[in-house]
Amino acid sequence: MATNEGQKIPEEEQTAAKLGEGTIPAPLKEWKIQYTKIFINNEWHNSLSGKKFPVFNPANEEKICEVEEGDKEDVDKAVKAARSAFQIGSPWRTMDASERGRLLNRLADLIERDRLLLATLESVNGGKVFSNAYLMDLGGCVKILRYFASWADKNQGRTIPIDGKYFSYTRHEPVGVCGQIIPWNFPLLMLAWKLGPALCCGNTVVVKPAEQTPLTALHVASLVKEAGFPPGVVNIVPGYGPTAGEAISSHMNIDKVAFTGSTEVGLRIKEAAGKSNLKRVSLELGGKSPCIVFADSDMDTAVEFAHQGLFIHQGQTCTAASRLFVEESIYNEFVRRSVERAKKYVLGNPLNQEVQQGPQIDKEQYTKILDLIESGKKEGAKLECGGGPSGNKGYFIQPTVFSNVTDEMRIAKEEIFGPVQQIMKFKTIDEVIKRANNTHYGLAAGIFTKDLDKALTISSALQAGTVWVNCYGSFSPQTPFGGFKMSGNGREMGEYGLHEYLEVKTVTVKISEKNS
Amino acid sequence: MATTNGTLENGQPDKKMPPLPHPIRNLEVKHTKIFINNEWHESKSGKKFPTYNPSTVEKICEVEEGDKPDIDKAVEAAKAAFQRGSLWRQMDALSRGRLLHKLADLMERDRIILATLETMDTGKPFLHAFFIDLEGCIKTLRYYAGWADKIHGRTIPADENVVCFTRHEPIGVCGAIIPWNFPLMMLIWKMAPALCCGNTIVIKPAEQTPLTSLYLGSLIKEVGFPPGVVNIVPGYGPTAGAAISSHPKIDKIAFTGSTEVGKLIKEAASKSNLKRVTLELGGKNPCIVCADADLDLAVECAHQGVFFNQGQCCTAASRVFVEEQIYPEFVKRSVEYAKKRLVGDPFDVKTEQGPQIDQKQFDKILDLIESGKKEGAKLEYGGSAMEDRGLFIKPTVFSEVTDNMRIAKEEIFGPVQPIMKFKNIEEVIKRANSIEYGLTAAVFTKNLDKALKLASALESGTVWINCYNAIYAQAPFGGFKMSGNGRELGEYALAEYTEVKTVTIKLNEKNH
Repeated sequence: MATNEGQKIPEEEQTAAKLGEGTIPAPLKEWKIQYTKIFINNEWHNSLSGKKFPVFNPANEEKICEVEEGDKEDVDKAVKAARSAFQIGSPWRTMDASERGRLLNRLADLIERDRLLLATLESVNGGKVFSNAYLMDLGGCVKILRYFASWADKNQGRTIPIDGKYFSYTRHEPVGVCGQIIPWNFPLLMLAWKLGPALCCGNTVVVKPAEQTPLTALHVASLVKEAGFPPGVVNIVPGYGPTAGEAISSHMNIDKVAFTGSTEVGLRIKEAAGKSNLKRVSLELGGKSPCIVFADSDMDTAVEFAHQGLFIHQGQTCTAASRLFVEESIYNEFVRRSVERAKKYVLGNPLNQEVQQGPQIDKEQYTKILDLIESGKKEGAKLECGGGPSGNKGYFIQPTVFSNVTDEMRIAKEEIFGPVQQIMKFKTIDEVIKRANNTHYGLAAGIFTKDLDKALTISSALQAGTVWVNCYGSFSPQTPFGGFKMSGNGREMGEYGLHEYLEVKTVTVKISEKNS
Repeated sequence: MATTNGTLENGQPDKKMPPLPHPIRNLEVKHTKIFINNEWHESKSGKKFPTYNPSTVEKICEVEEGDKPDIDKAVEAAKAAFQRGSLWRQMDALSRGRLLHKLADLMERDRIILATLETMDTGKPFLHAFFIDLEGCIKTLRYYAGWADKIHGRTIPADENVVCFTRHEPIGVCGAIIPWNFPLMMLIWKMAPALCCGNTIVIKPAEQTPLTSLYLGSLIKEVGFPPGVVNIVPGYGPTAGAAISSHPKIDKIAFTGSTEVGKLIKEAASKSNLKRVTLELGGKNPCIVCADADLDLAVECAHQGVFFNQGQCCTAASRVFVEEQIYPEFVKRSVEYAKKRLVGDPFDVKTEQGPQIDQKQFDKILDLIESGKKEGAKLEYGGSAMEDRGLFIKPTVFSEVTDNMRIAKEEIFGPVQPIMKFKNIEEVIKRANSIEYGLTAAVFTKNLDKALKLASALESGTVWINCYNAIYAQAPFGGFKMSGNGRELGEYALAEYTEVKTVTIKLNEKNH
C-alpha cells in the first residue's frame, strides 16, 4: 500500500508551494495524546475487562501511552451500537444519500484541519518518515474520503428489461454492520480506504485498528463525532488480533468483514467467516511483487522507481517490489546504480527532516527481517550493501541489497516486509512472465520498457491485481486495488470498491401490460 | 423547470427549514459588465441595456450589451483556455471537482445576496429564490463536483489481437443560453456538467435577468478557475444568442427556452458547424388524477404544479385531467386553493406569487385567458390582472375545458389552471399523448398496476407519481418529442458534454 506516486508531490502541495505557503510544515513539537479509549455510539468507554495495553514509539522503544484493550465483550457492545444505528427508520437509514456524502466531506475537512497533528502521531507511533506521513498518508486519506463522499448519491441501481409482463429493478443496498481490521503499516490510510466506501454505501462499522498503532484511528473517531455522524455508525475498538480481531471475524451479527494484513491471518479470517455466519469477506493481503526491467527502458527511471517501490516506509508495504527481474544485458549496471541509491540513506528519528528511513514497527518484525537477511547470505545471494541492524536503540535495519538472487531462495519467495532488495536476472519475455507468475501471491507488478507492444502484452500476461508500467506504487482513489490468487479477495477503491459494501436487491413487479 | 432538488416538494419550502432568511433591502448591484477571461469588459459597441424589477416596473440598472464581436472575444478566451497543455486541460479531474465544490461554498456564503438579486430581477418570491433556486444550484454543483473523477471510459474486449479502450473527453467550447424563469439554476444545470467534464463555456443569460449570472462571474474568479474557462456575455437572443448558435468555433450549445427558439438554434447549429445541441424546451404537461388518488395530495400538487413561479415553468401542470366521478369535488377544492394564494410583493415572506416577468408575457397570458372565456371554458376564479398593480395576474382556474381550446393546447406560462375531465385510462393516455410536447407528466393513483402502466405509456421525459416537480440533481430531466433533445442532470447529462474516443492498439503476434 505504498503511495509514493512516483515521488511526485501532490498537486495541492505544488500549488501551496507556488503560493509561497511552504511545502511541508515541521512536525508538531508538542502534542498530547487525547484519545485512548474505546469509541462506541459516539462516546468513550473503558474496556469491560478493565485491561489496557501499551503503545510504543518504535524509534526509541519507549512507551507513548496506554490504550483501553477491547476484547470480545467490547466488540459485542460495539456491534450492538452499529446494529441499532442500522435499524430501519434510524437517522442513518433515513438520511439522504447526498447528506451521507456531505458528512464524509466534512470528515475530510476535519482531517485536513488536524493534518499536522495526525501526521505527527502517525510518524511517532508508526515510525513513518514525517514528510511521507504528511503528504502520502494524510493526503491520500483526505482524497479517498472526498472521492467516496461523492459516490454516495451516484451509486445507481438499474431497471431491467426482463421477459414477460414484469417491471424489474435493482436497488443497491448497504450490507449492514461491517467489521474492519486495519494494519499497522498505513494506520490512517487503510482506515480511510475502508470507512470511505462503507459509509458512502450506508453501512455501519466496527473498526479494530492494529494494536501497534491505534492512536490516529482514535483521533479520527473524535472527528467522526464532530462531523455529526449519528451515534453507532462508526465504532472503534482497539485491541489484539487473536481476541478483538477474532471476535469480529467470527461474530454472528457482523455482516461483512474487511481485512488488510498478512495472508496467514487472511486465511483465518475467511475461515472464521465461513464457520460463523458466512459474512462477506474482502481481503487485502501479502505480496511478493515482481518488477520487471527491460534493457530498452529508461534506466534512471527504473532504478529510482524500483528503489522507492521497495524501500518506501522501510519496506513495510504489501506492494513492495521485492522480486526485481532485470534483463541480462543491463544487469550489472542496474545493480551498481541500485546499490549507489540505497547507500544514500539517512536513518534516524522519522520526525527529523533529513531522515529518509525510520525504524521497523516492532521487535517481532525486526527479528524476522534480520533472519531473512541471514538466510539470503547463507543461500548464496551476493550481499551488495547493508545486511544488518543499525544503531543500538530502536528497530533500525540497514538498507540492504542482494544481487545474484535465484528463485528458490527464501528471500525470493517469502514476504520480507523490510528494507531488503532482491535483484534477479532474466533473458527472455516468456521466461520472465513464467517466473513472475510463479508464486501464490498476485498483488502488484511493475514493468519498465519503452516498447508499446511489450508493455501491453506483459500487462495482460501478469497475474496481479495491479500492473504499473514505467512507474511503481502509483495509487489513486479512482483506481481499484486488490489481489489475484492469495493476495486477496475483492477490490478496494474506485467504483469497484463500492461492490464490496453493497447487496443487490432485485425487485420484480407483475404488471398487466407490457410497453417497451 | 421548477425544481425541488430533494428538499422541497410542490414548490413549497419543506419542514426542516432553518430560520427564515431576510432579503437585503436596497442591495447595490456591483456587476454589470461582460465577464471574459476572469475580467470585466465593456461591450465593443459601447451599448448598454436596461434591466427591470418586474414588481415595480422600475429600472434596476443598465448592463453592458454583448453582441457578435463580444461573443467572438469570449469564444477566443474559451478556446485558449481549452488549448492542449493549458492549465485547465492539465488539471486533475479531482481538482476540477474541488473547484466546483468551492464555488458551491461561495454560493452558500453569498446565498442571501444571490436570492435577493434573483427576486429583484425576476419577481419570484424571495423565500422561493432562497430555498428552491439557490438550494438547487448548490446541490447540483456539489453533485457534479463529485462526477469529475468518476467519468469512466471502458476497455473493450474487441475481436482479434488488439487493446481497445475509450476515453471520455470534453467536447470543447460550449455555448449556454439561459432562460429568465430560473436564471441561476438553469445556468448551473449547464455549467456544472460542462465544467465537470472539462469543457470551457460561454454563457448568455436572458436579457430580462442578467444580474445573478454576472454576480456568479465574480465568484468564478474568486474560486480560482483559470481565466477563460467561464465567460458570461449578457445580451439579446437575436444578436448575442444567434452569434453563439451559429458560431463556427463553438463545439456544443445548450439552450433552455421556448420550442420556437429551440428550432432556430438547432437550425443554426446545422447551418454552421454541426455543433452538438441539447435543448430543454416547452411543455403542456398532463397531470392525471384518478378517482382512487389521495385527493388532498392531488389537489395540492396540481395547484403548486401549475402556479409555482407564477406559472412560469416548462413543467407547469397545465393540463389537469380528472376522473369523472371526482371532478366536481376536485374543481371545488382547486378553486379554494387558488383563492388562498397570496399575490404581492415578492420580498414579503407571506407572498406565494409575484409578478409576471414582463409586459409581453403579461399580455400573452391575458390574451389566452380571454380565449378560454370565449371558447366556452368555465371561469371558476380569477381571470384578469390584479387591479392597479403592474404585471400581477390573479390565480385563474378554468373548468369544463376541452382539448381543442387554446388554453388546453398552448403553453400559457402564467398562473392559469385548465381542468379537464376523463372517463377511462385508455382515453386519458391517448389525450395526454396527443400533443407535440413531451416534457413531464404526473399521475395520482394508489393503484400499483395503474401507476406503472401510465408510467410506461406516457410520452414524456419525466413521470411523477403521487408527486410533482420532484426534480433532483441525481435524476435526469429532459423532453420527448418537441420538448427537447438530450437530458440535463444525473449521470445522463455527462454524455451531453463528452466526446467518446475509441483507441485501438494492434499488438504484435511475436510476443505470444
